[in-house]
Amino acid sequence: MTDFDITSQTMDGIGPHGTKVGLLRVLGPAHVWALGVGIVLVGEYMGWNFAVGKGGAYAALIACWFAGILYSCVAMIDSEVTSTVASAGGQYTQAKHIIGPLMAFNVGLYLVFAYTMLEAANAITAGYLFSVVASMTGHEEALDQRPFIILVIMFLAWLNYRGVLATLTFNLVITAIAFLAIIVLFLSTTGVIGTGMMEHAALFEGHELPYGWIGVLAAMHFGLWFYLGIEGTTQAAEEVRSPARALPFGTLAGIMTLLIAATLTWYVCSGVLPWEFLGDGVNGSVAPLFDTARLSGSNALVWLLGFGTLFATLASANGCINDASRAWFAMGRDKYLPGWFGAVHPKYRTPYRAIVFLVPIALIFALGAPLDQVITFSILSGLLGYTFMPLNIILFRRKWPLETIKRGYEHPFHPVPAITLLTLCGVTFFAVFLGYGTQLVAMIGFYIVVSLWFHFWRYRFVNRGAQFTMPWPKPRGY
Amino acid sequence: MAHYQPPRQGKASQLFDVLVLVVLTFGALFVPLWMGMAGAAKSVSTPVANPTWETLGQTEAQSAKYEALGFTPETAHDLILARFDYSFSITALLTMIAVILLYYVLILRFSEVEYREVISEKFGE
Repeated sequence: MTDFDITSQTMDGIGPHGTKVGLLRVLGPAHVWALGVGIVLVGEYMGWNFAVGKGGAYAALIACWFAGILYSCVAMIDSEVTSTVASAGGQYTQAKHIIGPLMAFNVGLYLVFAYTMLEAANAITAGYLFSVVASMTGHEEALDQRPFIILVIMFLAWLNYRGVLATLTFNLVITAIAFLAIIVLFLSTTGVIGTGMMEHAALFEGHELPYGWIGVLAAMHFGLWFYLGIEGTTQAAEEVRSPARALPFGTLAGIMTLLIAATLTWYVCSGVLPWEFLGDGVNGSVAPLFDTARLSGSNALVWLLGFGTLFATLASANGCINDASRAWFAMGRDKYLPGWFGAVHPKYRTPYRAIVFLVPIALIFALGAPLDQVITFSILSGLLGYTFMPLNIILFRRKWPLETIKRGYEHPFHPVPAITLLTLCGVTFFAVFLGYGTQLVAMIGFYIVVSLWFHFWRYRFVNRGAQFTMPWPKPRGY
Repeated sequence: MAHYQPPRQGKASQLFDVLVLVVLTFGALFVPLWMGMAGAAKSVSTPVANPTWETLGQTEAQSAKYEALGFTPETAHDLILARFDYSFSITALLTMIAVILLYYVLILRFSEVEYREVISEKFGE
């Protein structure tokens, strides 16, 4: 056993002196839950319904559950590894210690792009929501959504700049409201409270599987959207008071919350909205829960779900700024990117340069690309990250077996979750290929080019041994 | 192993590195968009002239929902009939698999070389 103790401020593996200097350790398990669920819950409010368009309502449900299995594996694997790696950067830092620098560089970019694209998608949805509210309250001309998109991104970046505790406490409150809104909609439309309005059988008649079973495979692409981002809980590793307890607890509670929210969302939306309308997130239902509330005839539900959608988009964008900036900061600190990004604000103790730098990137994508393309870019980055995780846990267990490093959490049935995750990633790659093969190849091409750039140019600026910051024993086999 | 001393990077060089990454990122997303190769657009293969809810394949319950949403058979025509085309060529599928495998082989091999250097410097030979 090593003298490594993740619960100690002086022996938790963050450099030779622990985390006494650096980002502030102020977060608890509830903040970790809010970070994970806050990023993802917007997936229930918009985006998941593209899965209905890809294969029909039943296909979306099957995709929802298989994606749920995929993310349960992600949460279990992530909880084990991150409960031993209490450092900002999440999976980037894991890859750096377990697989190697180039893999870490790629994983860092997956994280930054997945979260920045998701942030852009959230800002687009918030802009759309403001335009709907404007038309519902009597504004006759089409509202210019761009000022609202810019305002959302700028305000949340400012909040992140000012401090992590306020940022994630804000997330905790608005995420809880958004989750409760889904519960209230479910209770109100299914007959538990008031009159039920579910018509699944009538709405599915003649359209059970409109594309056959290949539609089920295709639906896996957007099935990921129900849960994409839950792995972001690991980004808080350097800012939680007790990483060994808070990270597994927050992450696993988060995935359970999302499994419930995703199933309820599918149930209420598919029981009220026709599948062709529900499945078209551009010309049909941009915000399906909100549209379901509109058909309920209850003004209270319309306002509740309107605020729920707005809060979910804000919480998600907020969490995305938090996570993308931590990953960018961590890479800057290790000189994988210019070291200028590795600075911590002297007063607010946040990675302020990384936060500010990513603002214009998010704005360009939010203002210049269609929603489904932005979502696909985010999903592809996430998918590449999930494919890395099985390799990561298999190598982690092989290089540091259970008796060599104390884990805050040990995931059961290893290597079954890793193999399941890898298989489901393969299925999802095929699903993406069915609709967005060009983007997939373009994106892999991008990662190949930047990998060569990193290996042959950028890596010369990186300190070799110093980047290994965990006080672990030498890995087996080296 | 001798301790590796990385060179100091000037500000202009740091800025150039960031610009390279930003340009490549925008290229990866926007080039397919500009070339019109992005995404799977839905299309209506057999349009229906003078559509009614029945000719659009909608039952009474389904058409009632569309009407509640403010649609008529004419305005809902494209929304209801547009479909994705999931046909693909085996060559394209094999190309995609080869590209993904090449990518992972590349990063795992290069990572391993770099990792051995890290472990060697951290723990000694």
